[in-house]
Amino acid sequence: MRASRLTCSCIVAGALLVAPSSLSAQTPDAQALRQEIEQLRKEFDAIQKQYGDRLTALESKLSATEPAPQPAAPAPQTPAPAPQPGEQPQTAPQTTAQVPPGAEGAGGPTGALPVYGGAASSKVFNPDIAVIGDFLGATGRNTVNPQPALQMHESEASFQAIVDPYARADFFLSFGEEGVDLEEGFITFPAIPGGLLVRVGKMRAAFGKVNSLHNHVLPWTDRPIVINNLVGGEEGISDAGISVARLIPNPWFFLEATGQVFRGDSGDLFHSSQRGDLSYVAHLRGYHDLTENTNIDLGASYSRGHNASGIVDDVDLGGFTTQLYGVDATLRWRPLQRSIYRSFLGRSELFWSRREQPVSQQNAFGYYVSGDYQFARRWFAGARYDRSAHADDEALHDSGQSLMVTYWPSEFSQVRGQYRRTKYAVGDLANEFLFQFQFSIGAHGAHAF
Amino acid sequence: MHSEVVRGNRLSVEELHMTVMKSAACVVAIAISLIASTAHAQGKLNVITTTEDLASIAREVGGDRVTVESISRGYQDPHFVEAKPSFILKLQKADVLVTVGKELEIGWLPPLIQQSRNAKVQVGAGGYLDASAQARILDIPQGQITRAMGDVHPQGNPHYWLDPDNGKAVAKEIADKLSQLRPNDRAYFEQRLNDFVTRLSDAEKRWATMMAPYKGTKVVTYHRSFPNFAERFGLDVIGYVEPRPGIPPTPQHTLDLISEMKRQNVPLVLVEPYFDLKTPNSIGRATGAEVLVMPPSVGGVKEVTDYFKLFDYDINLLIGALKKVSTASH
Repeated sequence: MRASRLTCSCIVAGALLVAPSSLSAQTPDAQALRQEIEQLRKEFDAIQKQYGDRLTALESKLSATEPAPQPAAPAPQTPAPAPQPGEQPQTAPQTTAQVPPGAEGAGGPTGALPVYGGAASSKVFNPDIAVIGDFLGATGRNTVNPQPALQMHESEASFQAIVDPYARADFFLSFGEEGVDLEEGFITFPAIPGGLLVRVGKMRAAFGKVNSLHNHVLPWTDRPIVINNLVGGEEGISDAGISVARLIPNPWFFLEATGQVFRGDSGDLFHSSQRGDLSYVAHLRGYHDLTENTNIDLGASYSRGHNASGIVDDVDLGGFTTQLYGVDATLRWRPLQRSIYRSFLGRSELFWSRREQPVSQQNAFGYYVSGDYQFARRWFAGARYDRSAHADDEALHDSGQSLMVTYWPSEFSQVRGQYRRTKYAVGDLANEFLFQFQFSIGAHGAHAF
Repeated sequence: MHSEVVRGNRLSVEELHMTVMKSAACVVAIAISLIASTAHAQGKLNVITTTEDLASIAREVGGDRVTVESISRGYQDPHFVEAKPSFILKLQKADVLVTVGKELEIGWLPPLIQQSRNAKVQVGAGGYLDASAQARILDIPQGQITRAMGDVHPQGNPHYWLDPDNGKAVAKEIADKLSQLRPNDRAYFEQRLNDFVTRLSDAEKRWATMMAPYKGTKVVTYHRSFPNFAERFGLDVIGYVEPRPGIPPTPQHTLDLISEMKRQNVPLVLVEPYFDLKTPNSIGRATGAEVLVMPPSVGGVKEVTDYFKLFDYDINLLIGALKKVSTASH
């Protein structure tokens, strides 16, 4: 496909170049045109020389500063020389670029790479790009899990576009204080027969509700304790894998079954020591409109993968696994005619963790219940209760209560305050006030419901 | 993208990859043949529209050869529809999806299409129709656009259906699309299109006559929902309750608007049914202007059940209010 496209563009470009020059031979002011071309050519050569000289100067400077010079990088490909006057160009300028140094030999391509479009070409095919900033502040006291007073917690850059008639791609890069992470990057095939929705890439697993949500769509500044204790923390179950989802036809309600296979590495939850240590996620989601204003959303999830507790000297001697079970329920209310002013979302998720580890298996349970009420076009108030055991010690329980107020200056920014009281199984009671600024620029694709 | 060097231990993965690619190719071929074959099946075409206005026009054109359903309701803000899973089920079974376009549905339609598992209604596929292609679009922003302008639509104002001529353009688009999918019914759809256009032209003359005495009437609207309506029926929109599109009223803007309305003696404030009446009512009290809840869409109020009744209702509402204003001033 690429080759044929290249050939086509060469032919078209060649034809365009040939046509005017053969035509000009018959026009009276051909001489003038030719002179002009000659003039332009000279100017171009002069510029080229100037840049070449500058480059050489820079290179010599660089090699002077470096004690052991690296092998010289291939000189940038210069454009094909301009045709001599009277000479008819037979082909369009070469549309190739040199393979970058180091890319050869590692299974990468060799030789020249085709280049599509130049700087002047249209940008209409660029993906939708957006950046969402998440700034967090914390006051009060927390000796167990202190977060910095002020932090630029995350900047999420998203790139989203349709790939071809069969697929679309979504990338979410998360720039945190410690570095850059590919939060998600996947291709979606939305129209595969059999009612399947297939995703391939790195993605947040369809385990429960909150696990699949990005930070900026959460109604809180943090994630519930149970998520941190049992479901992999802030990153959650997020891994490279394949996801297949199918709608299950029935006359009553929306029912979707999702099956996912991952490599088996998800934060401190799953750890894969060998290729066979895959992790799996299964999710069943039912949705029903009770009225046009109210709906209910129920889910059940299961996940299994290897944990790191049996690893001794980089060898997984124990081969221990963690199994997670989850159920979630969401009730939403939003009166259609006043949809921009009033809404309510009540949600609860319950998780059971069955973790094998050297001494004994730990069966930990945790949950949260939360409610979020929109009382004006730009204002929301919410509350959340948390309780969860520790995954590696079912006897230790953390619990917490939070109150939230959120204000949206517009759809593209929000300010949130959260009072949080956390009672840790080990450590002092924490009373904190957390605040958050979130702001979005660019075109961020709409989120799934 | 494909490596030419295949190392021994990667071979099985490569083979698997090839098998997957081959089966994917088969699957695509089957999909294409399925789409081709359904086009010849002679059941009713299942048309899903994003708004009730498009649904009404699709019913006019499609007659008894189609079933039509709208995702949003006319009394709902079409910018902020929720992408509920129940809509995925509707889209899954659709033969045609008709959208308003101009980014009106950008906040909620893409995830629905993506999850619909329906190749026919994917953007650019045969069953996807952007009804705005031939419509007259106003308010296309010039120069640099930023979000400091509020929720601007870079491709122009999407509320274009409130001009009957644009209704005709939309009907033509839908008729063409239906004929394309059901070539045997082309004559039927064309006859219904012509009938619709004739009836709409007659009604337009009647509406124009009714509105003629009020040409140039100054109005304020809540959101920029009525530019095409105002242009067609000679209203002069001098301001908006929203300081910028999508930004809720601010006290300073409201005060400025009140003084401007007093200066220009504006008799009407038009409010879409989904906006809060508190600010418009206080503007009405301060200026003496009449506040009208004017539906911009079919289904915006109960009586407005089709595209004709939308104009009947809105024009009668305007004239009723303007008559009251003129008798009060005499």
